[in-house]
Amino acid sequence: MARLHSAAELEALRAEILAGRDSGKPCIAVCAGAACDGMDSAAVAAAFLAEAGKQNLGDRLEVRTTGCHGYCEKGPNVVVSPGEICYFEVSPADVPEIVAATLKGEVVERLVYRDPVSGAKAVHMNEVPFYKHQMRLLIGDNPKIDPMKIDDYLAVGGYAALVKALSSMTPEQVLDEVKKANLRGRGGGGFPAGSKWETTRNAPEKIKYVIVNGHEGESAAFMDRAMLTGNPHKVLEGLIIGAYAIGAQKGFMYTRHDMPLLEKHVRNALAQAKEYGLLGENILGSGFDFEVELHFDVGIFVSGESSALMRSIEGNAPEPRPKYIRTSVSGIWDKPSNLNNVETWANVPQIISRGAAWFTSIGSEKSRGTKLISLSGNVVNSGVVEVPMGTPLRTLVHDIGGGVRDGKTLKAIHFGGAMGGSIPAALIDAPLEFDGMSKLGAPIGAGGLLLMDEDTDMVEVARYLLDFLTKESCGKCAPCREGMKQMLQLLTGLTEGRGKAGDLERLQDLMEVTGLSSLCALGKTSPDPLKSMFRYFRPEFEAHIPGNAAGGSGDTK
Amino acid sequence: MNMMCEQKIDGIIEKYRGQPGSLIHALVEIQHENRWLPREVMHRVAEALEVPFAQVLQIASFYKTFSLTPKGRHEVHVCTGMTCHLRGAAKLLAKVEELTGLKDGETDAQARFTLETGACLGSCSIGPELIVDGRHYGRMTPDKAEDVLNRYE
Ligand SMILES: Cc1cc2nc3c(=O)[nH]c(=O)nc-3n(C[C@H](O)[C@H](O)[C@H](O)COP(=O)(O)O)c2cc1C
Ligand code: FES
Repeated sequence: MARLHSAAELEALRAEILAGRDSGKPCIAVCAGAACDGMDSAAVAAAFLAEAGKQNLGDRLEVRTTGCHGYCEKGPNVVVSPGEICYFEVSPADVPEIVAATLKGEVVERLVYRDPVSGAKAVHMNEVPFYKHQMRLLIGDNPKIDPMKIDDYLAVGGYAALVKALSSMTPEQVLDEVKKANLRGRGGGGFPAGSKWETTRNAPEKIKYVIVNGHEGESAAFMDRAMLTGNPHKVLEGLIIGAYAIGAQKGFMYTRHDMPLLEKHVRNALAQAKEYGLLGENILGSGFDFEVELHFDVGIFVSGESSALMRSIEGNAPEPRPKYIRTSVSGIWDKPSNLNNVETWANVPQIISRGAAWFTSIGSEKSRGTKLISLSGNVVNSGVVEVPMGTPLRTLVHDIGGGVRDGKTLKAIHFGGAMGGSIPAALIDAPLEFDGMSKLGAPIGAGGLLLMDEDTDMVEVARYLLDFLTKESCGKCAPCREGMKQMLQLLTGLTEGRGKAGDLERLQDLMEVTGLSSLCALGKTSPDPLKSMFRYFRPEFEAHIPGNAAGGSGDTK
Repeated sequence: MNMMCEQKIDGIIEKYRGQPGSLIHALVEIQHENRWLPREVMHRVAEALEVPFAQVLQIASFYKTFSLTPKGRHEVHVCTGMTCHLRGAAKLLAKVEELTGLKDGETDAQARFTLETGACLGSCSIGPELIVDGRHYGRMTPDKAEDVLNRYE
């Protein structure tokens, strides 16, 4: 791989890559995402390679291992192009048949999607219900890319936005475009990315940092790792463009330590980008220098919080600090540091190449663009989903998710993991929106959406979530450390049939105090799930208090 | 600790000599290599990276990834994330506890298994999950768990 010295050289390379590819040649994409991997997709990929080798098909067929395709529930997933024919629950034994059919331009009917009710078949990706109601701007390239090959990313138009930014836009213009796009942070807060970038850009200090938050500690959230593992260059391209706009010389990727494939792909992406001169000195001859360092969390939830994350990058214990010092002004080693979520960064390239006007045409008024959602819990089709902001939850739950498992009815929809909230099934027509969902008491958070069926005991869920957070509190401030512990004890009492009069009032007090006086958002938002459950499911809690109509039994299951 | 491991640990420590900012990197690499952090090794890290021993201990005890005691030959992990929980992880965990005789964080006397729980490993679609030495076993039931564990000596 030779270093590229200019935008023209990169475009020449792209043309050469495309010229060397025959779009008619069939390609078999085997998903190696976290869920498919757990169903041993590696054996499926190996079987395809062996079959291609045995029949000497090197120039007639391509086999590609990729990141998560989206429909995790039905893994191991295989997509054959051209035509994006989707095969589900593929086993190594199915491989010879798929290869034979593919070479003849045929379809293996028994492995395609079948509607569980009508039995109707869906062969192509755009016909499969799980996919057809989505708008896959960010995750859609995953089946087309081997995450270990930068050339695959270039072949789908990768780094064109970087070329455009460096060769025809000033940093101010890039910043302006992101501001106009009203891109809001996808990591939980929904804070406008443009204004945060501007704060760091305008901070007087010369040395500045940009950071990718790929920690993804929220329980039942898996879309960030699907994005970063499956298409690391998209996130990196966004980061480089951001660094150019902000005036940062150095970036950090902070991600999970416990996903070997994620680490491998990101390391490799950084090395390949460096070889091509997309990182390093004088990127594409623009005079802009930028380096990226990879860092890992060490298995604790709070290290995803911005100030804690930065302490961790410095090599210290990840204790958060009060918010009055903003990290965008004084972050890593007290230098201005702009932190954004994986998905936020992944949105940047398309905003630059297609423009803010295009971006703002998607989504709802206050929440633009699409949102990645991890759909799981008691849902029929779990997986990584991408829909325009403003999409009614009903579309997510029923059209895409296929409703509740085992023919049960929906009781509640939970968003945002342990810092989110639950709303009753009756609110299913609410649109997916930062502000609207927060008002309802189920803030989107990072985007983990869980369905809970009729058998779910909400008191037990509240206890479970607090138990999780209690173990994750860093212990620095007393309200969080002690407040959560007291709430947990009361809730445990309720679930074990030891509820007593006054418990709910005491919980109410503790929620307020912990929420108001904790140091960081972990403690501040720790009562949120319980608050939402008090709001919508209070009778269930009352039923655990003796003297109430429904009696004091802890057994509602 | 065998000789190979010893050499690798020395290599890691040398790589980060004089770089206090790389403390976590060094400890993570040693943990991955050796699967626990002996006190004597932490002393050497402190000295080479020029950080107080107390700081090394603070980091090593704060993060769950680090183990200050030796682990079993096989690390058994039950995911207790929300989806696994909703789909029956508690029953799976109870069965694994019964089979191994261990609670979260414990290692048996023969050093065969170390049991761990944690959330969330992000393979929610195939939960409940049992993970042994990094290999995922999806859609796990209490019945199947015995079979899986029997494969590890
Ligand atoms: C306890 C806690 C955990 C968090 N974990 C994450 C995380 O895993 N990923 C993430 O992007 N943001 C996480 N956040 C939010 C970050 O602090 C920060 O707001 C976010 O990364 C900013 O990126 P954005 O503006 O692009 O959303 C967490 C916050 C708290 C309080
Ligand atoms: S992991 Fe294969 S589709 Fe998500």
